[in-house]
Amino acid sequence: MKSPIYLDNHATTRVDPRVVEAMLPYFTEKFGNAASRNHEFGWEAEQGVENARKQIASLIGASPKEIIFTSGATESDNLAIKGVAEMYAEKGNHIITAATEHKAVLDTCKKLEKHGYRITILPVKGDGLVDLDMLRDAITDKTILVSIMYANNEIGVIQPVAEIGKICRERGVLFHTDAVQAIGKIPVDVNADNIDIASITAHKLYGPKGVGALYVRRRNPRVQLTAQMDGGGHERGMRSGTMNVPAIVGLGEACAIAQREMAAEIEHSRTLRDRLRARLEAGLDELYVNGSMEHRLPGNLNISFAYVEGESLLMGISDVAVSSGSACTSATLEPSYVLKALGLGDEIAHSSIRFGIGRFNTQEEVDYVADKLIDVVTKLRELSPLYEMFKEGIDLSTVQWAHD
Amino acid sequence: MAYSDKVLDHYNNPRNVGSLDRNSSTVGTGMVGAPECGDVMKLQIQVNDATGIIEDAKFKTFGCGSAIASSSLATEWLKGKSVDEALQIKNTDIVNELSLPPVKIHCSVLAEDAIKAAISDYRKKQGSEVAVPVAVSVA
Repeated sequence: MKSPIYLDNHATTRVDPRVVEAMLPYFTEKFGNAASRNHEFGWEAEQGVENARKQIASLIGASPKEIIFTSGATESDNLAIKGVAEMYAEKGNHIITAATEHKAVLDTCKKLEKHGYRITILPVKGDGLVDLDMLRDAITDKTILVSIMYANNEIGVIQPVAEIGKICRERGVLFHTDAVQAIGKIPVDVNADNIDIASITAHKLYGPKGVGALYVRRRNPRVQLTAQMDGGGHERGMRSGTMNVPAIVGLGEACAIAQREMAAEIEHSRTLRDRLRARLEAGLDELYVNGSMEHRLPGNLNISFAYVEGESLLMGISDVAVSSGSACTSATLEPSYVLKALGLGDEIAHSSIRFGIGRFNTQEEVDYVADKLIDVVTKLRELSPLYEMFKEGIDLSTVQWAHD
Repeated sequence: MAYSDKVLDHYNNPRNVGSLDRNSSTVGTGMVGAPECGDVMKLQIQVNDATGIIEDAKFKTFGCGSAIASSSLATEWLKGKSVDEALQIKNTDIVNELSLPPVKIHCSVLAEDAIKAAISDYRKKQGSEVAVPVAVSVA
């Protein structure tokens, strides 16, 4: 077993060797510019790009013409939201999103708010799901876009995307979904799910960093976006810039592998995830799973180890790569806003660990991590005045804490 | 984040973990911080009535590694000191000893607060009215 163990597959994933293999020729002999229309080098590169477009489209039930290449999910989210906002400004100025969205969506919306757009941020229920009735009520005749993620990057909760899309369609509102955690992990079909625009990134599905895509529906309805970068008019005028051919080929190959192996991979991730959870729950009391277990990515587990602070927990498992929602591990010193949006107290966020299990993880690794965590949590609880109080039967919510 | 060797040492081998009888008249208990802030320290001292010397000190801390190390170090320093000497321990001494980075200074402040709170509790029990300056937490 190799150390350290990587269980942070929501942050990024290792590039699959088969993806690397597919990319390599496009650095060397097939190095052409895909926009060079008058020689063999350009044609070869263009062929690589068009093949990738087909592979991506096939994975999500789209037409290749509906795939626009970008530099990644942040750019895709920006292009989708700002592109719609600008293009449909005459129709309305209202955008609806949700509290647990990625910052690439939330901060883009906040930027638009400064420019006169009206933004509604829907709260989520305790299980992390959007309330569809609240969504219905939030839509007005000024609403031009609803942006709700497919699956959450911290708690893995899968939103009722098909129903959200249906509501949007009935009301004539465009529906964008940041689908970076879902695509390649669970079946996504832009038609069955009523999606108009979807953000994709390669590095979450065993492809390279720095490349992503945007699905932009071409009919029923035909979606138009105002380009956010001016230049050569690549990608149907929506995204200028020379194509990153090797990376695009890698994204395509990653999608093709995901499509072929999805069923087995879901089974693999789910089995390991459930095993990790079962072992932790057998060895420790006072564990809380954050977010719906029913509507959840197969490889995600987000658990709060009550009465233990997340950063001290990570210190004790320094040979395991995971993330914590604790303030101490973030740049902002704020605990996870996603966990807070579930209505959980800050102390639960401080005690949370996110596990992201993926293609390359093994049962041996999961067992090691479970055993190690049980040891470290037990040790830290011996150190914890809160656990001592809990054991004495003191209700911590009734304690007057001495702080200013 | 990279931790100093001393922080790692206290985290891996915390000194004086445990609890003293909080109802004893010779024990002072300080509990500072709050769960929602991610730090709670409980620090206790046992004082010899006759000599005024701190004979034992125990802690329990919910918090990051630096918070654990700060309180562990504090208990080490408290033992053998008189109550008045203990009041001289400053958070900056802890910062220097553990090489805490700026984002972790609040851990040392909390430890100083915990020392002062424990001494204040002890003195209250002893009926002594000596005012104890309490640091303002920046956490």
